[in-house]
Amino acid sequence: MLSRIAESLYWIGRYVERAEDTARILDVHLHRMLADPWVDEQTACRSLLGVMGVSLAESPGASDPRGEATSIEGPVSAARVVGLLGLDEHNPSSVVGALAAARENARGARETVSSEMWETLNATWHGLPDARRRVEQQGVHAFFRWVRERCSVLAGLTDATMSRDEGWLFLVLGRSVERVDMTARLLSTHVRAGGSIPSWLTLLRSCGAWETYLRTYRGSLDDRHAAEFLLLDRLFPRSVFAALSTAESCLAELEPDHSRAGVTTDAQRIVGRSRTNLEFRGADELMADLGSVLAGLERTCSQVNDAVSRRYFRQTSAVLWVSEAVA
Amino acid sequence: MADLFEDYRLGPGWDEMFGEPSMPRPTYEALHATLQPLSSAELGIRAEVLARAFLDQGITFALKGVERPFPLDIVPRIIAAQEWRTVEVGVAQRIRALEAFLDDVYGAGQVLADGVVPRRIVVTSAHFHREAAGINPHNGVRIHVAGVDLIRDEQGTFRVLEDNVRVPSGVSYVMENRRAMAHVLPEVFAATRIQPVESYPGQLLRALRAAAPVGVHEPTVVVLTPGVHNSAYFEHALLAREMGVELVEGRDLVCVGNEVAMRTTAGEQRVDVIYRRIDDEFLDPVHFRADSVIGCAGLLNAARAGRVTIANAVGNGVADDKLLYTYVPDLIRYFLNEEPILPNVETHRLDDDPDVLEHVLDHLDELVLKPVDGSGGAGIVIGSQATDEQLAAVRERIEFDPRGWIAQREVALSMVPTLVGNRLRARHVDLRPFAVNDGENVWVLPGGLTRVALPEGALVVNSSQGGGSKDTWVLTETPGAAEPEPPEEAPIVVVPSPRSPDPGPVAGPVAVQQQQQQQSARSGRPPAATSQRSAREAQC
Repeated sequence: MLSRIAESLYWIGRYVERAEDTARILDVHLHRMLADPWVDEQTACRSLLGVMGVSLAESPGASDPRGEATSIEGPVSAARVVGLLGLDEHNPSSVVGALAAARENARGARETVSSEMWETLNATWHGLPDARRRVEQQGVHAFFRWVRERCSVLAGLTDATMSRDEGWLFLVLGRSVERVDMTARLLSTHVRAGGSIPSWLTLLRSCGAWETYLRTYRGSLDDRHAAEFLLLDRLFPRSVFAALSTAESCLAELEPDHSRAGVTTDAQRIVGRSRTNLEFRGADELMADLGSVLAGLERTCSQVNDAVSRRYFRQTSAVLWVSEAVA
Repeated sequence: MADLFEDYRLGPGWDEMFGEPSMPRPTYEALHATLQPLSSAELGIRAEVLARAFLDQGITFALKGVERPFPLDIVPRIIAAQEWRTVEVGVAQRIRALEAFLDDVYGAGQVLADGVVPRRIVVTSAHFHREAAGINPHNGVRIHVAGVDLIRDEQGTFRVLEDNVRVPSGVSYVMENRRAMAHVLPEVFAATRIQPVESYPGQLLRALRAAAPVGVHEPTVVVLTPGVHNSAYFEHALLAREMGVELVEGRDLVCVGNEVAMRTTAGEQRVDVIYRRIDDEFLDPVHFRADSVIGCAGLLNAARAGRVTIANAVGNGVADDKLLYTYVPDLIRYFLNEEPILPNVETHRLDDDPDVLEHVLDHLDELVLKPVDGSGGAGIVIGSQATDEQLAAVRERIEFDPRGWIAQREVALSMVPTLVGNRLRARHVDLRPFAVNDGENVWVLPGGLTRVALPEGALVVNSSQGGGSKDTWVLTETPGAAEPEPPEEAPIVVVPSPRSPDPGPVAGPVAVQQQQQQQSARSGRPPAATSQRSAREAQC
């Protein structure tokens, strides 16, 4: 498979997951701000922006890897958050931007993604100009729900129409890495606010995990169980552990030649270390050290991203052309 | 433009929004200010979205066998914090008195011996079940969940219309209404501080677990539903889902040797607490209707043996018999030695004094006649709105069975603006707050179900009679002023700020344009996929 195609598929996975998770997180957090009289809108908005890595002091979308998100100035309203994280088309981390970027990647790999997947992404992209109108007329919830539905349609078609070859592995890998990243970010809203706001209920809802959580723990809502569920649950597909495991098995399948000692690639090493770090520590231990665990997870995601890019997408250094020389 | 409130007329009842025409009461000022600038077209779109959301989520009510959405009106009803305080305390007081009463009539019967309530009233009640005598819940709770129907009279005073301590329904609409309203009308929420209602399932689960049989540490709670054809099935499913417990039907349960279990893929699993949404008569074919296929044989004996808790308890119906209702103020004085906080509506008993009966029969066209064991508004005759034939028919039935009826003064229920067509109009409402008793205290959900009678002038608000509902907002103690009690401050943990998300190879549409336009000009940044491709294209 062409590296370029593999990279596009990987990023389709990442962007679509990013769009979906951002939509979920925004939807639940904004609803929370309205429905709960004790939430302070300013604080909640700032914490949300901070966690999503938006720094208002700089121009939005500037992707400084060390982007400290604490320098937000001016009043931040819920509407502004929707604008920045939901509707900003120039920011590939906003919902709209991520969907556009996913479609752009699919356009470059049209012969590989199934036509049904392409059509879904393309139709979604064509629906984006309506998004703003939809938000105005029917409220943000309608828009976020639409996004979730489109992402689910794509996930379903991917599942139903792609053969489980390398391309599939890259797409699922991208999705899983993004999922780890988003869940870790989400959890860090909680830790950063001193463990009180937003509540675990909000966090679980943001992951679509509320109902499964209730079912699993029979309605007892406490910090330990909720953190355990989002970090460690083996069966819930959006838990950090499940996403890491999926990423790990994708990476393993991408390297059919098993070496006799350890694993072959850097990416496998990074993901495996991160997974075992969660798996073989008790929930209490993780809770006591949640801040650094989450920071570690976010680092893991970036490192995996780099390792995968190096290993599969840019094995040779890019040829740099000097335009005068061509002319 | 103020076209929404155009021609808004104050009706015969207490108008909750307006004290004087166009002068909103303080609690409604924020809402009024938000609605005022909206055009009817804008509000119409929102109302459609709202209706659509309810239909999509299956928030429906089966009316005469047809499943239809329970209409939610887009204008909420607002209750000030101090008004709510009265409701809260009053409802809890009533529940405590009724608990004491039930404990007594299914036990020693002191209240009957003392003549506070005539024995005949109790034993002739259709819902007094001798089968329930001697079943003593160990934490003393028989009314785990109650819904007390309140109205506001012409002076705005809350009055109790009836008690529901069997299987009160409607709480799911309280939760779903709030969720839907926050999604559809967020701007109204932003201006008001409203007490949340979503803790209800958690409170209910706590109360149910507290009621578990002695010696069970991790009780298994289930919700028992008659099945998908029940009009409140949506609610059963919602409660089970939000509590994270199993929703079972009668056929899923098996009772052997006074142990109740549910059939699972892993064999039979013991059940400790059953929150049943089945009427007494269908619950246990051993004791009640033998032809019931929705119950489970043996439940009642298991409860008597203390091996399972049935919530609400069997036989509670004697306490919400409408004739007993007239005795509740006396019961509060008798059992609690308190004065009732929430007054009843003036009611005539028809069975003991022939003069009263005669008076009532002479004034049928001014009174409201209710069958004592009816629910859902069935059988109610409103004298002033009834035809002569209806009055004649009800007269005949009352003369035949005076025990079966009560007569109440016709109260002009309070009114709240409601979207009718594309204008707001005053419509009558009632309120059903829900109370959960966990044995230590009675918790009242801050909100409750406001039902609205949609036809003009109609006074019967029951959903089974084509009523709609409103989201009910209970304001926090100090509206406007911030948090009365911010959650306790935990030490702030220093966590490195999350970094910006990883950028993709093609950084959004801008880069694409660049890719198209600037195939030769190199930017210094390393989106390698782009530059590789350009390089290849250039080679061609």
